[in-house]
Amino acid sequence: MRLVLAEDNTLLRAGLTQLLEGHGFTILHAVADSAHLDEALADPAAEAAVLDVRLPPDFTDEGLRAAITVRTARPGFPVMVLSQYVEALYARELLASGTGAVGYLLKDRVADVAEFAEGVRRVAAGGTVLDPEVVATVLSRQRVEPLDRLTAREREVLGLMAEGRSNAAIAHALTVTEKAVAKHINAIFTKLDLPVDEDDHRRVRAVLAYLRV
Amino acid sequence: MSTVTAVAPTEIAGRLRLTLYAGAEVLLTVPTLVALVVTIVGGVLSITWIGLLFLVWSVPMLHWLADRHRAMAAHTLGVPVPDDRVPVPPGTHLIGRVFVWARDPMTWRELGWAIVAATVGLAISLLTVVLFLAVVTGALWWFGVEPIMRARARIDCFFLTYGRAERLEQRVADLTESRADVVDHSAAELRRLERDLHDGAQARLVALSMSLGMADEAFDADPERARKLVSEARATSSAALGDLRGVVRGIHPPVLADRGLSGAVQALALDLPLPVEVEARLSGRPPAPVESALYFAIAECLANVGKHSGAEHAWVRLCHRDGVLRAIVGDDGRGGADPTAGTGMLGVMRRLAAFDGTLSVSSPVGGPTIVTLEVRCALSSPKTTPSSGPA
Repeated sequence: MRLVLAEDNTLLRAGLTQLLEGHGFTILHAVADSAHLDEALADPAAEAAVLDVRLPPDFTDEGLRAAITVRTARPGFPVMVLSQYVEALYARELLASGTGAVGYLLKDRVADVAEFAEGVRRVAAGGTVLDPEVVATVLSRQRVEPLDRLTAREREVLGLMAEGRSNAAIAHALTVTEKAVAKHINAIFTKLDLPVDEDDHRRVRAVLAYLRV
Repeated sequence: MSTVTAVAPTEIAGRLRLTLYAGAEVLLTVPTLVALVVTIVGGVLSITWIGLLFLVWSVPMLHWLADRHRAMAAHTLGVPVPDDRVPVPPGTHLIGRVFVWARDPMTWRELGWAIVAATVGLAISLLTVVLFLAVVTGALWWFGVEPIMRARARIDCFFLTYGRAERLEQRVADLTESRADVVDHSAAELRRLERDLHDGAQARLVALSMSLGMADEAFDADPERARKLVSEARATSSAALGDLRGVVRGIHPPVLADRGLSGAVQALALDLPLPVEVEARLSGRPPAPVESALYFAIAECLANVGKHSGAEHAWVRLCHRDGVLRAIVGDDGRGGADPTAGTGMLGVMRRLAAFDGTLSVSSPVGGPTIVTLEVRCALSSPKTTPSSGPA
């Protein structure tokens, strides 16, 4: 898997390169500002990108905008966006830029090296990985259609799905069997009126409904 | 400042209009005298409660008469004549209103004006009317009406508005007060930041380096324990980062730097546990300090909506018109909100006061609650927004 990496802090860039290469990724381009990022993303050899939101020269949301632009030009291009802080607003914009293959995580999550690498891999495979902090914000909203049809446990399961966890991981987190998780997920699909489809797409759609995209 | 078009005296219509004013002023002398006498009698009797009964209707009458004369003076002179009265807070009971009036120097000026208007003023206006009505003095009226009525308007203005010096004195007093508030507020903010950093991130970093130190010692003897300590250290560093994020949000939310007020308010709305409709029509960005003050003001209002209103729905409207940036935060909750009850709103008012901003709350019992924030400022064009430095 050949990646484009954008991070302006030299130490973090070197760290992320080392970490990702250690987990079997190839860093095709490691860039430090938005001008170089645009060039790197235009490279047809790139298969996915890991981007910092804030980049020189303006230090606002260049990384996020680059992610949305590249996904307009190359639909479904997998992008993992990293940031010092997360906003539900940005998560919504990223999710609206195409179906799936999006990640949005706090930089702190990199500390859990294995899980971070797994997250990048899941995004590259078309999944959705949202930071638990975004998920918690959305969970605090109580009276939003059609999510108010879900039971508390189903909401919990949907939250973990939004974080990008697999059925096995959800079962582990909630200390239930995988079969019970599958049952909850089916109930969620039914209640959110999601048509029968390839499983991954339904998962992504459920998460989109969750964020009211 | 609103502009007032002067009556054009060269035209016959303008002269007739000034004469009409003179006639109105002559007729208004009667109610002015009544209001004056009743106010004086009421004032004397106000040692007993009966006097207050006189005052609660005579003073508003005096205000009304003064306002009519202000409007006529404004048209005659072609300059705005503001009333400059201290506004009576809505919901003030009768006795409270009398106290507000008694403390307002403008009320006393209006009383003085009433005496002059009923004597000198009456004579001047009467002269104009007589010159007009007695046909033989037509020429005198033609040339005299404008200077005479301007003199009358100047006399009214002298009593009914503050002079330049008084205005400046008042401004200095206001500025001194708001500056002291701002200094207090920022000192309190710095203390809060210091405490947040000291109790949060700093303490956690100490714990982190302790865990790492212990792990360092344990590596050879007890690798299992060392691993546990390192994983503890990681959890602590995560918590420290979380604390720092909270502190940064309190200083200047990153989304405000990225997206400006409209985007940041949208982000706020998404974080609230109820649907919030955001309508932002800003063609540019306000100056950074105003933007930040308004952001925190709106954040406080929305937090109150989430905590106290019991609302199903809320809305935020942002617009910039006639040089005033206005933010309206409304909800369909139970109403009855008191902006002076919490320290949060007082902080917001102080911060806005630094920019001559105002906050008004309308919250009848049963709702809806509508908070209006207004700051006079110019918007910079979106293209020329200066880039912020490295964060």
